[in-house]
Amino acid sequence: MDPREFDVIILGGGIVGAGTLRDCAMRGLRALLIERADIATGASGRNHGLLHSGARYAVNDPESAAECIRENRILRQIASHCIDQTDGLFISLPEDDMAYQRTFVDACLKAGIGAEIIDPALARQLEPSVNPELIGAVRVPDASVDPFRLCASNMVDAKLHGAQVRLRTEVTGFIREGDTIRGVHTRSAQTGRTADYYAPVVVNACGVWGQQVAEMAGVTVGMFPSKGALLIFAHRINNTVINRCRKPSNADILVPGDTVCIIGTTSTRIPLENCHRVSVTPDEVTLLVTEGAKLTPSLSETRILRAFAGVRPLVSDDSDPSGRNISRGIVCLDHESRDGLKGLVTITGGKLTTYRLMAEMATDVVCRKLGIEKACETATTPLPGSQGRSYEEVAREIWEAPSTAQKAAAARLGDVVTRMPNPSRQDEALVCECEEVSAWEVNNAFERMGVSTLTDLRRRTRVGMGTCQGELCACRAAGLLAKAQDCAERERADLLKFMGERWKGSYPIGWGDTLREAEYTQWVYKHVLGL
Amino acid sequence: MNPQEKTVSKHNFEECMKCTVCTVYCPVLQVNPRYPGPKQAGPDGERLRLKDPYFFSYALKYCMNCKRCEVACPSGVKVADLIQAARIKYDKSVPPLRDRLLASTDLMGSVARPVSRIVNGVTGLGVTRSVLDATLRIDHRRVFPKYSGRSFEAWLKRRAKEQAAFPEQVAYFHGCYVNYNNPALGKDLVKVLNALGVGVQLLDKEKCCGIAMITNGMSAQATRNAEHNVASLRKAVSERGLKVVTTSSSCSLTLRVEYPNLLGVDNADVRDAVMMATRYIFERLEAGATLRFRPGFHKKVAYHVPCHMERLGWGVFSERLLRMIPGVEFMLLDSACCGIAGTYGFKKENYESAQAVGAPLFEQIRAVDPEVVACDCETCKWQIEMSTGYTVQNPISILAEAIL
Repeated sequence: MDPREFDVIILGGGIVGAGTLRDCAMRGLRALLIERADIATGASGRNHGLLHSGARYAVNDPESAAECIRENRILRQIASHCIDQTDGLFISLPEDDMAYQRTFVDACLKAGIGAEIIDPALARQLEPSVNPELIGAVRVPDASVDPFRLCASNMVDAKLHGAQVRLRTEVTGFIREGDTIRGVHTRSAQTGRTADYYAPVVVNACGVWGQQVAEMAGVTVGMFPSKGALLIFAHRINNTVINRCRKPSNADILVPGDTVCIIGTTSTRIPLENCHRVSVTPDEVTLLVTEGAKLTPSLSETRILRAFAGVRPLVSDDSDPSGRNISRGIVCLDHESRDGLKGLVTITGGKLTTYRLMAEMATDVVCRKLGIEKACETATTPLPGSQGRSYEEVAREIWEAPSTAQKAAAARLGDVVTRMPNPSRQDEALVCECEEVSAWEVNNAFERMGVSTLTDLRRRTRVGMGTCQGELCACRAAGLLAKAQDCAERERADLLKFMGERWKGSYPIGWGDTLREAEYTQWVYKHVLGL
Repeated sequence: MNPQEKTVSKHNFEECMKCTVCTVYCPVLQVNPRYPGPKQAGPDGERLRLKDPYFFSYALKYCMNCKRCEVACPSGVKVADLIQAARIKYDKSVPPLRDRLLASTDLMGSVARPVSRIVNGVTGLGVTRSVLDATLRIDHRRVFPKYSGRSFEAWLKRRAKEQAAFPEQVAYFHGCYVNYNNPALGKDLVKVLNALGVGVQLLDKEKCCGIAMITNGMSAQATRNAEHNVASLRKAVSERGLKVVTTSSSCSLTLRVEYPNLLGVDNADVRDAVMMATRYIFERLEAGATLRFRPGFHKKVAYHVPCHMERLGWGVFSERLLRMIPGVEFMLLDSACCGIAGTYGFKKENYESAQAVGAPLFEQIRAVDPEVVACDCETCKWQIEMSTGYTVQNPISILAEAIL
């Protein structure tokens, strides 16, 4: 068989693309995923990391809310190592309307979300960081999810099921015969080499960039890019997701994620052509800090690590030709029935929480087109690493007295660590001290997760995500990567790029300790290392 | 624009710039690869522990609490406090009998004192030490401090009237060591202070400062002692208007720093009144007080600054005081930990580390070959005497010898 031929080609390496790839592969399709940059570079990696209970949408969008709670329960089972089962609170402050709480709880219960009104005193006990002035609290099954880990796990599992992934490969055009898409032309972003791939069905899972991809195929998908800014605080303040119990607004969700917590977001319409270069403005920072402090007063005195922004892939509703009516729900378009173009499916909209459902919907369409009747199994098959054991159990199985780094590895990789060979002392040396990532974990990422740059490594291991933002770990990781790729020169350039990218996140919040640290880092890199 | 006027974090852990200088100054890390080091055990580990207490590592017990990391830190991170606070908060294991015995200096003292001759004889025997090693894992190579037959408290109480006659008064937190093991040091302090026209009073009732309890997983008892002692200090400071002096750098550090930072016992109103006797005496001499020195006194003294004295920043007072004694040939030893760290070096599993930590100091002492090593800490004294054979004296005792 021609190695360029597949049953299905998926465009976009975000969470939806990765999930679709896995679903297709599990249903026995020969699947290929093509991603222009790296996994989770768009909205998939630029969000709160909130596994919605659906409560936030219960009042305004009951359909999304019901989807969220169903998927929330599924993901807790199949992706347990990516999820921190934190629970969530919706708090009412003195200026909030308590009547809304009733509406909110009713809507939650209607959508199937277990929302429970609790005493504010109990809320303070459950989450000591919460604003002590709260007058009402509702407990909901929110959780926090690591989107990078989730995305990488889906890809790893897809590959285990025979799927192929081409990262850093750009689609330059569609191969079209009359009204049928036959495949795609691609170009490698690294080598410039071009290649054509063929499949009877192509899935456009490019998020906000799906509009341009659709245009390439001659069909229209109207995206309404909406920028959201977020701030990462340097350590966890809260261990429960804290939301504001009011109509969704700016900076009203604080999510604990791994070693940090994230406040967000804002919502600003931006032109499509600006989606590549979003940055956080001083006004947004001020808004996030001041509004965030209403959820948790200590935010106003907690060191901020980074500011970042993502773009929500909102889609115009097909039922509204003016395009003004924006859907926050899942949009799955079969361009054959919609536009008369055979062989192209677009899956977009939705949320991180509902990625699996989106993948299922897209794969269902693909299978229908290919005449394959095989049921989706992603709702019941755990991802690699999530075989139902907690990281404590996993670590206990391998190590008698695990070190903090070993515990951290078990927490990041789940039960995959049990299959790793016995690491040597050298392997156990730490690359990233803030997040306790060992050389062994970094090398594992090189070998199994398709890493070409330090930024890729960061997404898969948390190297460089800690307080020092690459100050100590980036050089060590660059050394290992140069060795793995046998090219020091390219790695040197990559290191500078990585540090530049780290600085981009520190710049909008460049004061206090973060500024001191950036200055110190600059001093080390320039004057000690001569870079 | 900056919407945050300031940022705060517990024990300043977010101020860590990851410069890693604490790691360079950690004496344990250089000899014990099982210890993660102050940066990792302190500010780095704290972020993970805040995520889930599961990330607490029992390897934190290898920290000697010498505080050299805190002295080294240019950012003001309370590294050792972070580590000890984490041990207090997350280490739920019950301390073994040995640790409880070692930490109960007060109790052991009051039991051993009346039968000190027997205790001293027995603990000096090789067979006793072998038994202690085998049963309690107290290392057999360790030499035990001797107990005194009479307590310092009893001695001073009998002289209360005579002391009250002095025009000025000071209170003395003598600590377990002076009370049970070495009342002579307390008597030396009384001699020096009397020579300055200052009478010495006891606190209402002092209990062990509790430092050994803090490091041995007995924080509840340490807190009770702290509350008791702060109340006693308050009476002396607020009601009697006295300063409180100590002759032990570790007692001083505990009363001033560990109580609020680790045990949450507020001492803000009495903190500034508590100080090392060498500082109190030095300041009086600076202010014009005089002492009459013995003519012909001569002593070659090598001064070792204990770790906790470094943390207090007060080594300079003892140094200056020793230097102003006519006839003292003074030599300042390099700043280095002796390795004992209170009860740490007594434990069998730490013996090798403790001796390895102290090795450079012992070597320097042998090279300098002084008549006496001066030092403000009793456990440093035991360690240096045991490991080098040189006699160790508190600066106060040297001063007492030098005056008429």
